[in-house]
Amino acid sequence: MSLEALIPSAIDGLMLGFVYGLAAMGLTLIFGVMRVINLSHGPVIALGMFVVYTLFTGPLGVNPYLGIVAALVIGLAFGVVEYFVALDRVINAPELTTLLATFSVNLMIIGIATSVFTTTPRAVDVSLGSVGIGNVTVLGTHAVAVLVAIVVAAGLYGLLFRTRVGKSIRAVANNRAAAELMGIDSRRMLALAFGIGTSLAMVSGALLSTLFPFNPLSGTGYEVKSFVIVVLGGLGNPTGALLGGIVIGLLEGVTTVFIPVSWVPVLEYVIFILILLVRPAGLLGARA
Amino acid sequence: MRPTRIVAIAIVGLVAAACGGTTTPQASGAPTAGGSAAPAVSKALNIGFTNSQTGAQQVASTKQTEGIKLWVDQVTKAGGIKLKDGTVLMPKVTFYDDGSATDRVQQLYTKLINDDKVDVLLSPYSSSLVKAAAVVSEQNGKVMITAGGADDATMEQGFQNIYQVYSPGSKYLTGAIDLMLKLDPSIKKVAIVNEKDSFSVSVVTAAKPYAESKGLQVVVNQGYDTGTTDFAPFINQIVAAAPDAIIGGGHLVDGTAFAKALKEKNVSARFVALLVAPPEPTFADIGDAANFTVGPSQWEIPFYGITSDSFTSAYRAMFNSAPSYHSAGGFAAGLILQRALEDAGSTDPAKLRASLDKTDVMTFFGRTKFSTDAKTHGKQVAHDMVYIQWQKGSDGKLAAQVVWPTEAKTAEAQLRK
Repeated sequence: MSLEALIPSAIDGLMLGFVYGLAAMGLTLIFGVMRVINLSHGPVIALGMFVVYTLFTGPLGVNPYLGIVAALVIGLAFGVVEYFVALDRVINAPELTTLLATFSVNLMIIGIATSVFTTTPRAVDVSLGSVGIGNVTVLGTHAVAVLVAIVVAAGLYGLLFRTRVGKSIRAVANNRAAAELMGIDSRRMLALAFGIGTSLAMVSGALLSTLFPFNPLSGTGYEVKSFVIVVLGGLGNPTGALLGGIVIGLLEGVTTVFIPVSWVPVLEYVIFILILLVRPAGLLGARA
Repeated sequence: MRPTRIVAIAIVGLVAAACGGTTTPQASGAPTAGGSAAPAVSKALNIGFTNSQTGAQQVASTKQTEGIKLWVDQVTKAGGIKLKDGTVLMPKVTFYDDGSATDRVQQLYTKLINDDKVDVLLSPYSSSLVKAAAVVSEQNGKVMITAGGADDATMEQGFQNIYQVYSPGSKYLTGAIDLMLKLDPSIKKVAIVNEKDSFSVSVVTAAKPYAESKGLQVVVNQGYDTGTTDFAPFINQIVAAAPDAIIGGGHLVDGTAFAKALKEKNVSARFVALLVAPPEPTFADIGDAANFTVGPSQWEIPFYGITSDSFTSAYRAMFNSAPSYHSAGGFAAGLILQRALEDAGSTDPAKLRASLDKTDVMTFFGRTKFSTDAKTHGKQVAHDMVYIQWQKGSDGKLAAQVVWPTEAKTAEAQLRK
C-alpha cells in the first residue's frame, strides 16, 4: 500500500470514469425512454473502436479525433436502423422480449466483427504527449477523452432539455400515449432515442480506442461495467449514469492503491449487489 | 418483472457468456499442405498442430508457424527424411486456427488425432495453449514436440509424450537479474509486474526468490489479468515505490502496451526487462518506448554461427521479414522431430519417445536435451537463454542487440536514460 500513488491513481480513475459515464449514458437513455435493456451495447462500443481504427489505418489516414465525429454519426444511423430492424415490432412486448432481441443483435455484431476483423488486438497509435506535476502524469489522450466526454454529455443535455425534439423524447419517455395524443410521432422519437443511445456508446468506444488496445470482444467488459454504473446512478437517469461512471472510475483508481488490481472487479460487483439490495433506485433515483 | 431484476439477469448472463470464452467463432482454416508432391517411394509424415491466426497470440504464433513451414520446405527440397530402412518420409503439415483459445485447442488436437490421423504433433504457441494441447496428446499417446510453451508446470506433470524445445520459464528472467547487477551493482529495489498466466507466473516464481537471494528488495509485486490494456494502476504504484528496475510482462500485446505506458508516464527506472514482447521485431514499432528495454530470447541471430545465418537468409527469402525466436523455435521443433525420426527409424510413438529421451544435440537453436525424470519427463534441461536490448544506433534507428551472455554480445548493455 502506498499513499503516494493515491493522487495519481485517483486522477487516472476519475478521467477514465468520464468515458465510462458516457457509455453508460447511452444505455440508461435507451432504458429511460423505451424501457429496453440494450444488450447490443457492448458490441456497439467495440464498433466505435473499429470505426476510428478503420478510418485511421485506411488510405485516407483520418485523424482519430475526426473518427470520433464519424462514430457519432454512424452510431446514430446504426441505432435508428437497429431500432426498426430489431425492436420496433416488439417494443410493446414484455421487457424480456426486447432484451432477447438486442441480445440477438449482440451476437450478430460479434459474429460479423470477429469474422471481418478477427480477435487479433488492434491499436490506434495516437500520442498527445503528457503533462507532469510531481508524481502525477496526465496523458494528453486521456485529457482529450475527458473533454470530448463532457462536450458530448453537455450536447445530450442541450438536445434533451433545450430543443423541441428533446422535449418530445422526454414526453414519450414519461407517457407514450399522452405524447401521441399531443401529436408526437412516438415511433420516430423512440427510434431517435435509440439512435442517440447507440451513438453515445459508439463515441465512448471511439474514445477508448485512443487509450487502449482492443478487439471486437472488448466491448463486453465495458458493457458489464455500464450496467453497474447505470444501477449505481439510477436506471433511466443520464445524470446518474455520468455520476456513476465518475464514481466507478474513481473507485477503480483509488482501490488499486489498497488492494490488488485483480480484486477491483469483485469490489465493483459487490457494490452492484449492495445497490440492488439497499437502494435499487440508485444514487440519484430511477427516472421512468 | 422489475427493471432492476432484469438488469441483474442481464449482467449475470453477460458475465457468464464472457467466462464461457466467447472468443472467436471464426471458422478454422482449411488444412494446409506443407510439402510438394512426394517421390513414389516415399511415405507421408502427417504432422498436426494449431496456430493462432487470430487472437492475442497471433503475431508470435505466426512467426512460429513460419519457422515450421520453412523447416518443411527445406526438408522437402532435400528429398524428405530418410530412415534407416530406406523409407523416405515427406512431411505434410495440417494446421487449424485456434483463435488463441484453449477450448479450441483441445477440440482441434482431438480432431487432428482422431479425424486427420496425424502421426506426430507439434505444439501451438504460448504456454496456456500448449498445456491444453499436452493433455490431449498425452491422453492419446501421441508424441508432441512443444515449441512455444515454456512454463515449468506443464512439464512437471509426468507426461511421457511431451518434449519441450524452449528453455523453461524459470530461466527467463534470472539471467536478466544477473545482467542488471553486472551493469549497475547499486541497483537495490525492483518492481515485478507480470501477467497472471501460467508461463509468466512460472517465470516470476523463479525470478523473485532469485532477486531476493541477490540482495534485491522487491518493492512492487503485482499480477495483471490476461488481456489487460490499462496499466495506469500498476504504473502509479511503481512510480510511488520508485524502484531502480522493473521486470515482468507476459506476452506481446500486454508487454508492448506496458512498455509504452512506462514511457508515457515517464517512469524513471534504470533497467526494464519484459517477457516475450521485446524479442519480437514489431516491438520497435513503439519507437522511443522500446529503447533500452531488455528481453529474454530463446535464440538470436548472432549466437550460434553460420547455420543461424543460413536459417535467417532462408527465412527472409521465404517470408520477406526478419525471424524472431518464435520462428526459430518452430523450425527447431521440426528439426528435433526430424532427428528423432531418423534415429528411431519409425513414426511409432514408443520408438520415437525412446529416441527423444536420449536426444542431446546442438543445433542452430542451441543445445537440446530432455529430462527423463519421471516427474519432469520431457522438460528442457540444456538450452540457455540470451538477452536482447533495444538500442538506438548512431543513425537513430532502433536495433535489437544481444547483451547477455557476454560471450555472445553484439553490444554493451545500457541503463535507461
